[in-house]
Amino acid sequence: MIEPPVVSPATLSEALALRSSGTYRPIAGGTDLMVQLAADVADPPEAVLDLSRVAELKGVSTDGYEVTIGALTTYTELRHSPVISARLQALAEAASTVGAAQIQNRGTIGGNICNASPAGDTLPVLLAVDAVFDVGSVRGERSVPAAEFWTSYRQTALADDELLLRIRFNVDRSRHTRFRKVGTRAAQAISKVVLALSYRSDGRAWSDVRVALGSVAAMPLRATATEAGLEGHWPGERVADEAARVLADEISPIDDVRSTADYRRSVSARVLHRLLREEGGW
Amino acid sequence: MSDTRKTQASAEGPVVLTPPAPGQAAAPTLGVAIPAPLRREGPHKLTGEAKYTDDLVFPGAWYGATIRSTEAHARFLGLEQDTDFDWSKVVIMMAKDIPGDNVVSIIMDDMPALATDEIEHVAQPVALLAAPDKATLREARKRITLRTEPLPPVFDPLDSDHQFAAYEITKGDPGSAFDEATLVVQGEYRVGHQEQLYIENQAMIAEPRPDGGVTITGSMQCPYYVHSALKRALGLSDEQAVITQAETGGGFGGKEDYPSVVAIHAALLAQRIGKPVRMIYDRHEDIASTTKRHPAIVRYRSGVSAGGRLVAQDIEVIMDGGAYCTLSPVVLSRGVLHAGGPYECPNVHIKGRSMATNTPPNSAFRGFGAPQVGFAHELQVARIAAELDISPAELRERWAYREGGTTPSGQVLHESVAALEVLREATEAADYDSVLQLSRQTRAIRWGQAAEAGAGYNSTRVRTASGIGIAMGWHGAGFTGRGEVMMASTAGVELGADGVIRLLIANTEIGQGTNTVMPMIVAEVLGVEPSEVELAPIDTSIVPNSGPTVASRTVMVVGGLVSKAAARLRALVEERSGGIFADVYRADAAAHGATRIDQQYESEVEVEFDDETHTGDAYPAFGWACAVARVEVDLDTGEVRVRSVVSADDVGRVIHPLLAEGQVEGGTLQAVGYGTIEEMKLEEGRYLNDRLSTYIIPTSMDAPDIKAILVEAPFSGSPHGAKGVGELPMNVAAPAIVDAIHDAVGVWITELPATSEKVLAALEAQA
Amino acid sequence: MTAVRDGSGSAGPGSTYRFTLNGEPREVAVPGMRRLLDVLREDLGLTGTKEGCGEGECGACTVIVDDLVVDSCLVPVCQVDGTVIRTVEGLSDAETQALNPLQQAFLERGGAQCGICTPGMLMAAQAYLDDGGPAEDEDIREAIAGNLCRCTGYTKIIDAIEAAALARDAAREGDGR
Repeated sequence: MIEPPVVSPATLSEALALRSSGTYRPIAGGTDLMVQLAADVADPPEAVLDLSRVAELKGVSTDGYEVTIGALTTYTELRHSPVISARLQALAEAASTVGAAQIQNRGTIGGNICNASPAGDTLPVLLAVDAVFDVGSVRGERSVPAAEFWTSYRQTALADDELLLRIRFNVDRSRHTRFRKVGTRAAQAISKVVLALSYRSDGRAWSDVRVALGSVAAMPLRATATEAGLEGHWPGERVADEAARVLADEISPIDDVRSTADYRRSVSARVLHRLLREEGGW
Repeated sequence: MSDTRKTQASAEGPVVLTPPAPGQAAAPTLGVAIPAPLRREGPHKLTGEAKYTDDLVFPGAWYGATIRSTEAHARFLGLEQDTDFDWSKVVIMMAKDIPGDNVVSIIMDDMPALATDEIEHVAQPVALLAAPDKATLREARKRITLRTEPLPPVFDPLDSDHQFAAYEITKGDPGSAFDEATLVVQGEYRVGHQEQLYIENQAMIAEPRPDGGVTITGSMQCPYYVHSALKRALGLSDEQAVITQAETGGGFGGKEDYPSVVAIHAALLAQRIGKPVRMIYDRHEDIASTTKRHPAIVRYRSGVSAGGRLVAQDIEVIMDGGAYCTLSPVVLSRGVLHAGGPYECPNVHIKGRSMATNTPPNSAFRGFGAPQVGFAHELQVARIAAELDISPAELRERWAYREGGTTPSGQVLHESVAALEVLREATEAADYDSVLQLSRQTRAIRWGQAAEAGAGYNSTRVRTASGIGIAMGWHGAGFTGRGEVMMASTAGVELGADGVIRLLIANTEIGQGTNTVMPMIVAEVLGVEPSEVELAPIDTSIVPNSGPTVASRTVMVVGGLVSKAAARLRALVEERSGGIFADVYRADAAAHGATRIDQQYESEVEVEFDDETHTGDAYPAFGWACAVARVEVDLDTGEVRVRSVVSADDVGRVIHPLLAEGQVEGGTLQAVGYGTIEEMKLEEGRYLNDRLSTYIIPTSMDAPDIKAILVEAPFSGSPHGAKGVGELPMNVAAPAIVDAIHDAVGVWITELPATSEKVLAALEAQA
Repeated sequence: MTAVRDGSGSAGPGSTYRFTLNGEPREVAVPGMRRLLDVLREDLGLTGTKEGCGEGECGACTVIVDDLVVDSCLVPVCQVDGTVIRTVEGLSDAETQALNPLQQAFLERGGAQCGICTPGMLMAAQAYLDDGGPAEDEDIREAIAGNLCRCTGYTKIIDAIEAAALARDAAREGDGR
């Protein structure tokens, strides 16, 4: 086992100062980094920045309008948070599909976001609600919309001296969000397809439609053509059929050890169709 | 929750059940009428005190690693070592450094311990590396590369011209019989690799001995296999090679012959370095390089008469043995002998061959050839039942062997045939007939919905489709043919000078309950409590070679040996000391010192089996099983959720109900995994699913509700009537699931595992 | 408060990390990125916790940290400084070695076969019971979903946990709680 030197700052400013040196690889819950270290495939990090003591990165809160989640919030905490239950149940649902209890108790939403796996389970939900990520460095803070955060395969918009601080999103009562993950088995499963659907409804038509997927591309993505097709309509059967067809056309998944391109394409369309049927009530 | 219908786990002990049949064989002379004790080593395992190999501390030990090929077929030209590393800190060994024969001895001598000039599979051991600490070892490993010249590989057994074994069986006249059959159903079935996935990785620690030999401590099923292999490779005498088994975390066949490889490697290094060497695999290496279940292609033709009788079978079995022979001939043999299924058929032709490919060698895994052919024979029956529009259970009832039936090898089943009993028990417990009837009533609608779902992106209102399926199987108890005669195992019982009764067997506890059940058998004969019977350490310098812990033979065969030895010991002590053994044995030991009785295997009857023609009595007896599975298929994703499996298994005699149920439950879940999610993909001869995150076994949330029903059709040839329980359950759940998928959605999945990708593709193909 | 720097790397032995382990205060001076699994097994000689995969998939390395189950192969020791840790060695009575009710239930109901998954499984089950988890099949299955067992089919493990949950409830009722 590789054991690089580690520093465990107690405050965010210390953490940012250390991060600015460029030599530290951050660790939150360790459920990704420790696996990578154990696999010993790439060059190990020079040093590790242990964020686990930085209290400023923890906690879920709301001002009644916007929900703020600290980057170090674990999946278990998301599942048990009354704020998340009330405002974005789909995120709690996504958290409940990650690994099993042991992983949920340690893994963090910030880690999920920064690890940038195309299969990250919470990521489509965050895309679907237009979440904004606050990132910080010694140079100050800036905000990055989720849609701009994952730039290519396992790459993010974070600069080398930045840390993800918090995740913010607004969801009011008229917004509905659904989540579905198709994994390799019932628990401890990496997704073959993971999809989040979000929309605003006035009872007659949908607006601000978001369809976000993971495991079908190098990054989590929004299916913008599919979204455009749903925008302004009520998802009746014809609309749903067309949306599914557009989605199947829009994505280019691959064959890999977990599944096949054909399966992912087909299942993405079917899962979307099912969610549209359920949300459309027919 | 399991429900042992036919035996009661009560203080009174198991209740004997013999299936009602005329001309019954004589009841066993020694029943088991003592209460089943709790697992002997249970408390140790539950407190964390039990020491598995990696838990053991050997001061001064070095760490060993195996340098492996990354190509499937190549000429090996040499090792390259980076110059910027201090090689004096480590030890490297290659084939030329092997003092004995460079071979891993099992059946053929074709597999080298370390590659010489040709690499035959990915992950083949080419060199050994050892260092005094893990960090140095890790660094050194990165600085070694292999110089090779690629050679063309063969990955498809159908393309291979290197055969490990072939067998052919003919009974009656299948050619003519097919001409007269009114229905012929034909199919080709494929089953893939399966990884045993014992939760404890392969592990060996070797210590050099003052006498020039090596002591091995490790995770294993068969200490004497390791002993044999070590002697050959290191050129050691019987006494110089000492093999001891540490607590072992699962085997399932994966630790039958592979441990010899690890032991040889660790021993070579230990001998060279003069210090203990730890060779503990990590999960990735274990999956990437160790033996797996043989993939197979089974081509099957079944002929049915106008009266609905099974009149002809023509079966071809092709197994993929991987690069080296290992146990392939024996796996093929069992596969061929079981390929007809538990059904009487007057005209049978079975031809099987096991072929080499440039993939890691395949070998033993619970079931050992029977699960592979079991999938095929059960899908044939299922499809025939569908063609004839008759209940799959009813068809099996018509065709299943009865006492007096004749197998394809010409063996008359004189006794202990419980096919009908397990069929009845499983179908009753699962309410099969009613559920099937209801299911059939809605079948047209359900299959229509499934077809609609398959047709396009349209989903149906209904999201899942449920189905019920059934399968039967059989499993020859113990070794095939003359295997037991040739092995000539010896087991012993000793009354020590210290007054302690000891069992001297080399059969290992690997979770199945050897340490609990074997003392029960001896205790009953001696008339003492099981707690008064100790087990001698599994150490080849202490215990005799009672044969490997495989083939579900431990209780049936070795139990028979120790029963006889115990009976002789009891007679001797009672005669000499006067009085009942239980009362006098301690005094006897004080007076007479140690008394050891060894019993060697002798067959009660002449075993008439011709290996070449595969005719005659293949097994002393067969175990019989029937599984009923209920599944739910997700019409959007093709995911198959196995809700329940009822498995009725005839084990001859239940010695310990809780442990026997445990074997049925565990074997059933492994079969569920085999049937649904345990997919092993290969690319250029390399396993792609080589981590626990990618080789998917069932979690508790994937596992169905499993109900084990233990049936007893005792076999007169083992003193307590037992026929083995470890493997039989593995043979039935997978085809039952595939039958259930058909009931649910109307498609036949003819290739295992029935992954969601395959199910969805089958639904979509209907359109 | 300043950062805790573990001083490891080419020179230092690491930092000192303190935690309560099975009720006793312990401290280790090791590199901070050392896996808790290795600290337990190698530095503290507690080999009850097992390594099955090293990648957080099998749960054989499960321990309880501050009342939560974690895979100790994924936890660097610097992150358990100041925590309360429980391992399988802490389940049975320290003096008498008597099995606790959960262990006893496993023994009586056949919850352990080869035993390698057992320590991790017991910790997952114990945490579930301590958290008031009900004697319900589905809930129990979810609680142990991160613990792979290859021997038992999970059937008797669930039986044992269910029995232990019922016994716990009965004991509570008996206490008038």
